[in-house]
Amino acid sequence: MNKKSGTKSLFSTLIGKKMLMGLTGLFLITFLVVHCGINALIFFNDGGELFNKGAEFMGTNLLIRTMEIVLFLGIIAHIVDALLLTLSNNKTRIVKYAHQKPNANSKWYSRWMGLLGTLILMFLIIHLKHFWVISRFTDHIAHSELDKLPGQETMFAEMKEIFENPMVVLLYVAAMVSLAYHLMHGFQSAFQTMGWNHPKYTPAIKKIGFWFSIIIPFVFALMPIALHLGIIK
Amino acid sequence: MKFNLKIWRQKNAQAAGKMVDYTIENINADMSFLEMMDVLNEQLIRKGDEPVAFDHDCREGICGMCSMHINGRPHGPLRGTTTCQLYMRNFTDGETIFIEPFRANSFPIIRDLVVDRSAFDRIMQVGGFVSVNTGQVQDANNIPVNKADADLAMDAASCIGCGACVAACKNASASLFVSAKISQYALLPQGRIEAQERVLAMVNQMDEEGFGSCTNTGACEAECPKGISLTNIARMNREYYVASIS
Amino acid sequence: MSVLDSKIPEGSLENIWSDYKSHVKLVNPSNKRKLEVIVVGTGLAGASAAASLAELGYKVKAYCYQDSPRRAHSIAAQGGINAAKNYKNDGDSVFRLFYDTIKGGDFRAREANVYRLAEVSASIIDQCVAQGVPFAREYGGLLDNRSFGGAQVSRTFYARGQTGQQLLLGAYSALSRQIGLGNVEMFSRHEMVELVNIDGKTRGIIARDLKTGKLERHFGHAVVLATGGYGNVFFLSTNAMGCNVTAAWKAHKKGAFFANPCYTQIHPTCIPVSGDYQSKLTLMSESLRNDGRVWVPKKQGDKRKAIDIPEEERDYYLERKYPSFGNLAPRDIASRAAKEACDDGRGVGESGLAVYLDFADAIKRLGKEVVEARYGNLFDMYKHITNEDPYKLPMRIYPAVHYTMGGLWVDYNLMTTVKGLYATGECNFSDHGANRLGASALMQGLADGYFVLPYTIGDYLSGEIFTKSISTDHPAFVEAEKAANDRIEKLLSVNGNRTVDDFHRELGKIMWDYCGMARTAEGLIKAKGLLSQLREDFWKDVKVTGSANELNIDLEKAGRVADFIELGELMVNDALQRNESCGGHFRVEYQDEGEAKRNDDEYAYVSAWEHKGVGHEAQLHKEALVFENIKLATRSYK
Repeated sequence: MNKKSGTKSLFSTLIGKKMLMGLTGLFLITFLVVHCGINALIFFNDGGELFNKGAEFMGTNLLIRTMEIVLFLGIIAHIVDALLLTLSNNKTRIVKYAHQKPNANSKWYSRWMGLLGTLILMFLIIHLKHFWVISRFTDHIAHSELDKLPGQETMFAEMKEIFENPMVVLLYVAAMVSLAYHLMHGFQSAFQTMGWNHPKYTPAIKKIGFWFSIIIPFVFALMPIALHLGIIK
Repeated sequence: MKFNLKIWRQKNAQAAGKMVDYTIENINADMSFLEMMDVLNEQLIRKGDEPVAFDHDCREGICGMCSMHINGRPHGPLRGTTTCQLYMRNFTDGETIFIEPFRANSFPIIRDLVVDRSAFDRIMQVGGFVSVNTGQVQDANNIPVNKADADLAMDAASCIGCGACVAACKNASASLFVSAKISQYALLPQGRIEAQERVLAMVNQMDEEGFGSCTNTGACEAECPKGISLTNIARMNREYYVASIS
Repeated sequence: MSVLDSKIPEGSLENIWSDYKSHVKLVNPSNKRKLEVIVVGTGLAGASAAASLAELGYKVKAYCYQDSPRRAHSIAAQGGINAAKNYKNDGDSVFRLFYDTIKGGDFRAREANVYRLAEVSASIIDQCVAQGVPFAREYGGLLDNRSFGGAQVSRTFYARGQTGQQLLLGAYSALSRQIGLGNVEMFSRHEMVELVNIDGKTRGIIARDLKTGKLERHFGHAVVLATGGYGNVFFLSTNAMGCNVTAAWKAHKKGAFFANPCYTQIHPTCIPVSGDYQSKLTLMSESLRNDGRVWVPKKQGDKRKAIDIPEEERDYYLERKYPSFGNLAPRDIASRAAKEACDDGRGVGESGLAVYLDFADAIKRLGKEVVEARYGNLFDMYKHITNEDPYKLPMRIYPAVHYTMGGLWVDYNLMTTVKGLYATGECNFSDHGANRLGASALMQGLADGYFVLPYTIGDYLSGEIFTKSISTDHPAFVEAEKAANDRIEKLLSVNGNRTVDDFHRELGKIMWDYCGMARTAEGLIKAKGLLSQLREDFWKDVKVTGSANELNIDLEKAGRVADFIELGELMVNDALQRNESCGGHFRVEYQDEGEAKRNDDEYAYVSAWEHKGVGHEAQLHKEALVFENIKLATRSYK
């Protein structure tokens, strides 16, 4: 058998690239938990007080700020890796089938991860512009209602303002639907790619993945809706 | 029964191919799909036309030679079945049936529905074996194997190498085929000795042959005539990571 | 005596093979590198031989007509492989396996060959386990066994119902390793169409690249034919669609004698024919008879459903006639008994050409799970094909052509009557006599390839170390290629009215009707006339489409059917000269209340036929069979 020395390095093979997809995907999933948790503070319906505190913590804590860089690197890696994989996968079947019934053997969203991911990316750009850019690179955001300077808004107030536009709400909800389907496949797929498949635990992972993919995007989607409808004041 | 057939005809590897329409009548429901193809071919020959070339041999679902993408699915509409074990009773009278070759760049077409699957052989040649020479071995019962592992190894070893996994996969990935072989040996003490070299070599060759990556859609498992499980792919990945970093 | 020299070494049976191995001439490693061996066929016998020879250091070239060596029809063997391991502590031994095989073969096989087979059987299991073949195991981690027809011990090793597949994939893995190492050059989708002899020795082959139609010349110091059997002469058989006699037949025409062509095994448990469109028959493993019970209604023409027929109106005829072996009676006997029951008007199913194989008792006794674990894939296969659920209804089965014991005549070295030309596995005639026992084909194929040929071929090749590789421009190669080419041109130029399949079907019908399960002198004489007429018609009226220089499935088939027709004539001749019934050869004139009646005084010989030209009677040579270690007895399983 060929000696190990002749073989490629881990990330130059397709499996290695998939491993990177899985790892970054799982990392982004943990980010979703944190993000969703902080944002869900608005549901205390205390005029955004708790939420603004959370936002301040996220904006000032050193560890969080460091992780923010790691997060961006993770997103970029996830995207670039997906792009590389897609480019190479697009070359594997030049002549297509005249007739195909892919739904007979797989779920549509498992085959459209790239598209779902692209939708999420597009949303992400808008979303970052809405909140992250102004909070990090402008003086527009105040930490709380109390120490607000003229022309400043709290994060909570900013949110309320942005979600007054029904088109934005619609966009956010649609993006969360994309995210739900992306997660529906991605969550359990990441485990499978990492090789964590076991007759005892895999059914549980799949179940958790399923509910995770529904609950997290649902909670996210609820926020613009609730703010828009004025349920949260 | 009567059927409208749309069959991919391609004279040779270089020629351009196209779907050609045929009508076939008086088909018995108990005929196998390939027997229906035989009837069509005999009719074509009688007319002086060239028969549709397709691969087939054992016609009992074990040699893995038959291929064909039928009505949008490798090996046709029935789960857990090779094309040769498909019967016309599985179709409805008057139906239009699309018959295409397995499509993947790594499986170039030789003629009509016949494709070249030698890429699988080449993957096997770099590591799909235990390196023992004839005669240099110990008594069989000196290698006890846990029954559960032996059964799992047997599950993986049932792969017939037909290529339906590749044909079904949106990326034309060969992961199911390769992982089945890697799993069989990884689960047995005989195969453990060179498990790391094996997985590195076979995964490497799989990429060299131009197969795509696994994106866990599960299409391969669903279309596999032998029901080879996705857990094998997870095992291959595990084996591969460990081998790469150790 | 005859020109046939079996070259069996002197000595006592137990020591012949070990003495032989100790004294056989060897080839030193540096010379092995210069010696080229061609192996045609990559089933169990071919793949194991190619791999083992390459491991020894020979330069090997291997050929198969399929797209990959992994597809050879050995893969379809379901039940298992015999080996005298005595792991079950039930009294098995090399001698017992030897005796069972000789007796199973109705005392028409060579003692020395069969003893050697039994001797090496245990090593095969060792070899396969080391290769990673996932044999069935017990909870303690050790190998499991099951029992099989014709034996009273459990000596059959198995891998679910896919033993042939697993053993073949084992041999294929060994072959793949050697291909990867560059020791074997593999030619897939290649068919041997001519043999090349130079100065009385085989020196190569002409092969047709099936992808391009190109004829290629290949040199070898020796050629090994491992091309399987010729059951497809019957059109319908359990063989794969591509199985053919062409390579062996070309060898026969170039001087290799063909031995015992009439010995055909009709397997008792196949799925019955369902219509005239049928292209092949599917075997249900003999292992099913471990737990399934064979029966027909007692009453003639009983058209009730199986479950409506009460126990006392069922005839479990194998248990009744052969109480000591019961449902595990050997294949030839079980097949004939099924035919008898159907001829008696007690057959079941629409055609009346089927008997029941019933698992109701087994399911009651063992539970559905156990039955499923043992035979699940076979039950599934049955259901796929017949659309009936064997867990609920009994299977319907009928005998079908399965294996051919006859083949190229070989000596103890497995060399044919042409120097340098070897035949292994089902392709030769040597070990099964007139009937093969279940689970012995896998054993023989692997024994020949792993453990016999690698030794015996050295005996010949040691004399060839001074022979330089011969150029394929040699006139013998040119001439052989021209002959192959002429034949292809001829097939393409007839442009008649009948398809190749049409001829094949007619050939099959003649063979099944007159040279099948029951044969008579009268019928065989009639078949002779029909076959020579068929041969003439074929060359006048066959229609082959397409051209020579492309993948042409019609042309491939035409060449094979042309050879089958000629072989059919030889089989009929052989059946006609053998005025006795033995094993797979049952002559209606020679029986004792339905049991085969052998004639040891006049027919204890191997018939080996020398080709004398197409349309001319082949010449019969006889190799007397001498039994020194066992007593010839009436083969009784009662």
